[in-house]
Amino acid sequence: MASLISIRNIKKTYEMGDTAVHALDGVTIDIEKNEYVAIMGPSGSGKSTLMNILGCLDTPTSGIYEFKGVNVSDMNDNELAKIRNKEIGFVFQTFNLLARSDALHNVELPLIYGGASSSERRERAKEAMERVGLGDRMHHKPNELSGGQRQRVAIARALVTHPSIILADEPTGNLDTKTGDEIMQLFEVLHEEGNTIILVTHEEYIAEHANRIIRVRDGLIERDERVRSRKRLLTNPKVTA
Amino acid sequence: MFSFLQELKEGLLISFRAIRANKMRSVLTTLGIFIGIISVTLMGTAIEGLDRKFEESISKIGADVLYVQKFPWFMGQEFWTLRNRRNIAVKDADAIERQSIYADAVAPQMGTRRSVKYKGKIVEGVQVIGTTDQYIALGGLDLSNGRFFSAMESDGGRPVVVLGTDVANELFPFEDPLGKTVKVGNYTFRVVGVLDKQGSFLGLVSLDNQVILPIERFEKLFGGTRRRYVTVAVKAPTVELVPETKEEIRGIMRKQRRLAPAEEDDFAINQQEAFKQVFDSIGAVIAGVGLFITGLSLFVGGIGIMNIMFVSVTERTREIGVRKAIGAPSRTILMQFLIEAAFLCLLGGLIGVAIAFPLSLIIDTVLPTAMPLSIVGIALLVSVLVGVISGFLPAYRASRMNPVDALRYE
Repeated sequence: MASLISIRNIKKTYEMGDTAVHALDGVTIDIEKNEYVAIMGPSGSGKSTLMNILGCLDTPTSGIYEFKGVNVSDMNDNELAKIRNKEIGFVFQTFNLLARSDALHNVELPLIYGGASSSERRERAKEAMERVGLGDRMHHKPNELSGGQRQRVAIARALVTHPSIILADEPTGNLDTKTGDEIMQLFEVLHEEGNTIILVTHEEYIAEHANRIIRVRDGLIERDERVRSRKRLLTNPKVTA
Repeated sequence: MFSFLQELKEGLLISFRAIRANKMRSVLTTLGIFIGIISVTLMGTAIEGLDRKFEESISKIGADVLYVQKFPWFMGQEFWTLRNRRNIAVKDADAIERQSIYADAVAPQMGTRRSVKYKGKIVEGVQVIGTTDQYIALGGLDLSNGRFFSAMESDGGRPVVVLGTDVANELFPFEDPLGKTVKVGNYTFRVVGVLDKQGSFLGLVSLDNQVILPIERFEKLFGGTRRRYVTVAVKAPTVELVPETKEEIRGIMRKQRRLAPAEEDDFAINQQEAFKQVFDSIGAVIAGVGLFITGLSLFVGGIGIMNIMFVSVTERTREIGVRKAIGAPSRTILMQFLIEAAFLCLLGGLIGVAIAFPLSLIIDTVLPTAMPLSIVGIALLVSVLVGVISGFLPAYRASRMNPVDALRYE
């Protein structure tokens, strides 16, 4: 069976004036369903570019990207938008919630673009909000929520479409350690429940939550390793979260 | 497929929130639009009013009445050659009446100005019209009291007179004028009727400050065709038969004046149509220039909208990035900003119409028009259109944004 994600010899080149910068210089990765992958690397290593390509926000200069066996390398903007909407849930470092909408509407947003009916939207958005433990904060605006709560709303927004992968870019970068740990617990629970999670980070202790760490440097994969003993925050995650 | 209606609803919701979040800015931006809409609607109302006023005035000429006269109604330098034409005579009217098959009524008219007196009361400068009993058959004239003079009185040149309503009111504020004797100039006439109120012609000449008496008498007392221009009014059976009637009368007049086939007409046959044509061309120029000038202010308003939409798009670059990242297609982003611009302009349009409406009531005191509903509809439509047009460029820019760059935007 084909991998969930399969990228082959991906290159991404940016023209900076008259010099070409190779942000990615031939990267090959396979990611299976229900993996918990951390992509690590210092800034300028190409990990953001890799994440953008994995998240279908950007297309590679060359190489092949197959998502669920479908080649997405040559898709146009609107086809990619559809893939992002149905298959990928994004969690950003700065949360990126819409400031003027309440939490519930923020969570509904992907479903609006997905074309769900308004009653179904409401139902599923509520469900996702409960799932991240914010059942009582549905009608709060983002500025009425704490950082950790905002990130939970963002995670609910990522979950609401039941995507094939959740792509988190430094999800704890703007949070204190304690709240960061709570968010990492939530990811752990989501992983236990069968979700595929790709985590982009430059912090070792965050990456240790994953069961596979891909290290990127200078546009190449430096190391791709399985983690034997993951760091666990929960003994029985299903009960606590 | 993400349906159009949902897109519209979401777009309206977003624009509503955006406008509410930037109240001051939105109001200032719509200022341009609503000033534009006010000036355009008021200009439209004034033009419409002018049109109606004109229609009202020329309806008194009668669409089915031809006027045989020495001069055409609209001439310029030709006057200096045309003045050598022979005058129209009362006997020309007789000839038309005898020979014409089409003519329903033929009424020669001539006029002068005299004062009219009754028991020490005097009205100066009254338009005195001498005509025949057929004058009333030309249409467009009603009597509020009494009757018009009869054929017998007309042919016999009896000293009877029909008063215009202003004259009657001045001379007989408390009495019934019928049967009373008035002096027109120095001559005595018996009042047989009073005309209904007619208003004025093009706001210039009062049609109520006149008296009408038999032409036979008029010629004897005030002088005949040697010194005065005669107009022969001929009523065609219907408006459709006006061209045929006109041709027939032209033939009769040419014969009457013994013109050789090669000679040109030495008379004019005027009709309402001529007035209409002249007014329509003048009116079109006034409307065109007026709407163009006021349209400029709307155009400036549109540029204001475009400007603020560019600001709005730039401010919300990150939001656009987020929306794209979670799967909004370009078309949806485009729609969202177009709706916002249109909504902003519609708001301006509504405020504009709300302000313009009471102002149009002021115009109403001068010109017979309230703001027509169609102008309100057009104004709102135009404001939405201005929004869509001026919002397009900013919206297009938003829709083409690369999500990666947009998300990274600070």
